[in-house]
Amino acid sequence: MIAVENLTKKFDQFTAVDDLSFSVQEGEVLGFLGPNGAGKSTTMKVITGFLAPTAGKVTIDGHDITHEPIAAKSLIGYLPEGAPSYGDMTTLEFLNFIASVRGFSGDELKQRVEHVIKEVDLASVGHQTIDTLSKGFKRRVGLAQAIMHDPKVLILDEPTDGLDPNQKHHVRELIKNLARDKIVIISTHILEEVTAVCSRAIIIAQGKIVADGTPSDLESRSRYHHAVTVRLSSDYDLQADLQGLADIASVEKSEADPLCFTILAKEGAAIYSKVSELAQSKQWPVEEFHVQRGQLEDVFRSITQQAIDTEQTEEAA
Amino acid sequence: MGNLGIIFKRELLSYFSTPLAYIFIVIFLITNGIFTFDMGGFYMRAQADLLPFFSFHPWLYLFMVPAIAMTLWADERKTGTIELLLTLPIRLADAVLGKFLAAWVLTGIALALTFPIWITVNYLGEPDNGVILAAYIGSWLMAGGFLAIGSCMSACTRNSVIAFILTVAICFLFVIVGSPILLNAFPEWIPQGVVDAFSALGFLTHFDSISKGVLDIRDMLFFTVFIAAWLLASAIVIEMKKAN
Repeated sequence: MIAVENLTKKFDQFTAVDDLSFSVQEGEVLGFLGPNGAGKSTTMKVITGFLAPTAGKVTIDGHDITHEPIAAKSLIGYLPEGAPSYGDMTTLEFLNFIASVRGFSGDELKQRVEHVIKEVDLASVGHQTIDTLSKGFKRRVGLAQAIMHDPKVLILDEPTDGLDPNQKHHVRELIKNLARDKIVIISTHILEEVTAVCSRAIIIAQGKIVADGTPSDLESRSRYHHAVTVRLSSDYDLQADLQGLADIASVEKSEADPLCFTILAKEGAAIYSKVSELAQSKQWPVEEFHVQRGQLEDVFRSITQQAIDTEQTEEAA
Repeated sequence: MGNLGIIFKRELLSYFSTPLAYIFIVIFLITNGIFTFDMGGFYMRAQADLLPFFSFHPWLYLFMVPAIAMTLWADERKTGTIELLLTLPIRLADAVLGKFLAAWVLTGIALALTFPIWITVNYLGEPDNGVILAAYIGSWLMAGGFLAIGSCMSACTRNSVIAFILTVAICFLFVIVGSPILLNAFPEWIPQGVVDAFSALGFLTHFDSISKGVLDIRDMLFFTVFIAAWLLASAIVIEMKKAN
C-alpha cells in the first residue's frame, strides 16, 4: 500500500503540491490527472524518492521513503517523464545495467532481461544504441527498465506520450496485465486513457485534489451524463415537443451539424426512455439516437477551471 | 558486485563506447610528448630522469581533466537520467564515488599509456625507477584532485561548458596558490603562517616533492582528503539542487 499523508512540496515560494493525502491499495490502477503544472510530476517525484518532501510523508508498504529510501525504492519501478535513459548504451547494455542494480546476476539476470524484452517487444533493437531509437522504442526501453524487478509498485509518468495508436494500445494492455496484484500510478493528460486502464482517478489542480473516484463516478458528474443525442434527417422543431417533458435541463444544438441536438438531463435523472417514447409518438425524423455516459473531458475542464478560479479570487481577496 | 562497482563499470564502459576516451588518451599522449621533448628539453638535459615530463602535468591536467569531469553530473541533469539513477535503490555515495572512480581510472589509463617514455629513459640511461614510480602515483593523485573539483562543479549546473569553465578556474587557483609567483606577491606584513597555510593548499607544493621521489605521507594525505572533501561537496550539491 502507498500512503501519502499531508504531502507538501515547495520550491522557494511556489507551492507545487499542497497538503495532499491519499492512499492506494494493491490491484488499483490510479490515474493521476491534472492540467500542466498542477503538481502531478512533482508528486510522483516525491513518491519515488527523487525529491524530498517539504512537509508530510510517503510510505511504500510501510517503508518511509525519506527514512528508508533503499527499502522503499526497491519496491518501486519508475518511468520518469520523458523516459530518460543512457543514450550511449545499447538497449541490452542498459537493461543489463538496470538488472544488476536491481540485484540480479548470472542466469537470473539473463532471464529477467529476456523476459522484459519480450514483454515490451524490444528484441529487434537489442543491439542498437538508445540514442538512435525512435521515440516509441525509447519509451518502451523506459517501461522495460521500470518492470525489470517485477515491482510491487509501478509509477509511470505519461507512459504513452508520443506513441502511435498501436503502441498506445499495446502499452495499455501491458499496464492492465501487470496491474493485477500491483499498485500502478500513471499520470496522463489523455483522458481516454483513464477510462481505458484506470480503476480510479484523482484530478489535481494547483497542487490539491479536486476529485477522486472511479472513472464512471467522474463521468456521472458531467453535464452530459445521461444526455441523449439525436440526429435528424430533416428539419424539425424538437424543442417545442420537449417543453412539456420533466427532467430535461436544456437542449443544445450542435454547432457543426444543425440537425444534431443534445438533450441534457437534470442531475441524476434518466431521460432516455421518455425521450424515445416522445420521439416515437411525435414521429421525429430520427436518423441517429444514443445516450451519453458523460464526458470526462467536460468534468476535467469544469473541475480544474473551478479550482483555478477559486485560487485567483482568494489571491485577489 | 556492489552498486558502487556496477556504477563504476557502467561509467567506464560508456567512456569507451563513445570516441571520448580515445580522443582524450590520444590528445593526452601527444601533448605530453610535445611538452616533454620540445618544451621540456628532455634530450638536451641529458639526465636520466623524467622531471621535464612530470613538471608539465599540472598544466596539462588543468585543461584535460575538466574536459572529462564536466559531463559527470551535468549530462545526467540535462538528459534527465539523474532522476532514473537516483530513484534506483542505490546510495548517493555509491553514485558519486562510482562516477568519480570511473573518470579517475580513465586518467590512470591515459597516464599508464605514457610508458614508452619510461622505456626510453631506461634505454638511454639508468634512472631511479623508484622516483619515477612515486612521480606517477603523485601525478595520478593530482589528477584525482582536479577531477573531484570537476565533479562538484559539474553537479552545480546542467550545462557542461559552464562546468568546464568553472572547473578550470578553480583548478587554476589551486595550482598557482602554491607557486612562487603568487607567494612572492604577498606583502611582507602578512604573517609567514598565513603564507604557509596558503602554500600548503597548493597542488604544486605537494606534487613537486612527490615528483622528486619523496612519497611523504602528508602529501598523499593532502590529496586524499582534498578528493574526499570535494566529493562530499558534490553529494551535498546534488542533494540540494535535484529539483532544477
